[in-house]
Amino acid sequence: MSGGILIIILAIVAGIVGYWIYNSVRGGGFEGGTGRGYWVRTVIFFAFLIFLYGPIVVIGVLSFQGPNGGLTFPMESMSLRWFREVFNPTYAGDFRLPFLRSIALALILLVLTTFISFTAGLAYRRGFKGASIVFYLVIVSLIAPPFLISFGLLQGFATLGWQSSWWSGALGAHLTWTLPFGVLIMFAIFSRLDMAIEEAAYDQGATNWQKLRYVIIPIVAPGLLAVALFGFTLSYDEYSRSSLVTGFTSTLPVEMVTVRGTAARPSLYAVGTMTTIFSLLIIGGTFLALYLMEMRRGLLSGGKLSDSKAAG
Amino acid sequence: METLQRYSAYLQISPLVLVLLVFLIGPMVVIVLYSLYRFTGFVTIPGDFTLANWARIFSSGTTWGSLIETIRVTAITWAITLVLGFVLTYYLVFDVKLLRTKILLFLLAVVPFWTSGVVRMIAWVPFLGREGLINRGLMGVGITDAPLEFLLFSEFAVILSYVHVFTLFMVAPLFNVMARIDTRLVEAAKDQGANGWQILWNIIIPLSRPGIAIGTIFIVALTASDFVAVSILSGGRAGTLATATFNQYSAIQHPYAATNGVVLLIVLLLFVGGIMRLVDIRKQL
Repeated sequence: MSGGILIIILAIVAGIVGYWIYNSVRGGGFEGGTGRGYWVRTVIFFAFLIFLYGPIVVIGVLSFQGPNGGLTFPMESMSLRWFREVFNPTYAGDFRLPFLRSIALALILLVLTTFISFTAGLAYRRGFKGASIVFYLVIVSLIAPPFLISFGLLQGFATLGWQSSWWSGALGAHLTWTLPFGVLIMFAIFSRLDMAIEEAAYDQGATNWQKLRYVIIPIVAPGLLAVALFGFTLSYDEYSRSSLVTGFTSTLPVEMVTVRGTAARPSLYAVGTMTTIFSLLIIGGTFLALYLMEMRRGLLSGGKLSDSKAAG
Repeated sequence: METLQRYSAYLQISPLVLVLLVFLIGPMVVIVLYSLYRFTGFVTIPGDFTLANWARIFSSGTTWGSLIETIRVTAITWAITLVLGFVLTYYLVFDVKLLRTKILLFLLAVVPFWTSGVVRMIAWVPFLGREGLINRGLMGVGITDAPLEFLLFSEFAVILSYVHVFTLFMVAPLFNVMARIDTRLVEAAKDQGANGWQILWNIIIPLSRPGIAIGTIFIVALTASDFVAVSILSGGRAGTLATATFNQYSAIQHPYAATNGVVLLIVLLLFVGGIMRLVDIRKQL
């Protein structure tokens, strides 16, 4: 009975969304109007979206697996048992502490990534000897095999007689992944920032600090927010670089892979669902903040909202 | 004043340089050292330097096999993500006319970037397994009688998840360059009688080259270094260099793992260095 109502509601929602999509994407391409190529690409695009989100939706549904159900369909019945198990673990795999560690680590990475990327951006604006070497170093950090970083850090720590944990080895390993993104974003932001603005502030008698506080930071604030999002999420989700260096204090992704390999139960899906929803909330919140920033800026300057969005 | 300005630039870049030296160059130096340590087959003797590990991998066929396997898997993934990413981006940039829709669809396509890759790899298991959705569907409709074994724990599953997780690394840089193409160029070409394919081949693709280059760097680096999808979706059975490194590490053959890892690193650096000679990445930022 309730299943039937659910299907009807879903069908109505799908219909409305489908109609809206049809109306908003109609008519495009260089063939002019709605040629065959255009429809092929439309189908490919939306098929890709289904491919992209399908598996995670299935994981979401399977999280509600009945108490005796397994890791795949059929759904034996519906229950919240596996969500409860996440919070009161009775079996192998305790996700609670790893989750808290992951959040703490992601927050540290957020702060460090934003600060280091911002100061690096300022340095490049001034110019310094060896600038291109540091740039290549950043690219190397982006492409270096994650396992090697983890492996090298672990052996390095061992050689020094230290035990690596989430706040030491893993923190450093995560920085090598978040910083390239942060620095490259800051480059892009600063390269669009007119030098004349700084000169004007200087001419008006602003000190270096005032120039930074009242001119540069407000202008690049959306960029800083974007860097913060990368710093937080890339760390929060990182597995390969952390794999060997979290020691006895595993982070959430490390715990998930361990449990998946040894004692997978539907509670793994429940964790996956919750962590994905958590990520989506963080992403949505950041985009909302960015949008509000743009709105305020648009109202203040009287400029068009779309200009900067389209350029980005 | 001038010297103060100069000093402050060094002060401002120092946190980045410090972090990269300690946490990037540091581990790399350790790996290179390990590849030079003597290994008896059971224990590693730190400080006892030898080229034996290197001689071993250059003489044995396994490393070359792993290298070729890495190149093959990476090439397949690259080709699929390039074509798919190009079509998706083309659609977003040229087919979707409303700016609001364009932004919304672009976000929908890239949002998973900020969610967990591990979860998204695990999420394929209930699809592809013996009892998975695809096998049930195929058997339910009557296309197959027995479950298809190749779906899970196979190269197919691994490449599928690469395409799933990595395609947006191609879409984002492509979108960045394609959105900047002056549509008047296309109009002019059309007025001169160019057809759709000619426009694509002579205007869109050449102007998209920097985006293709950056996307290629991402895809190649991510695919060639992956050992996670392999361990989740093919049970660790894959002959790539990254997986070999991981397996040798797990078997406590650290110097062998280090040597393989250095080979992978060198190959990646050469490849990316080559691409960066072709395209000025800093100009694209």
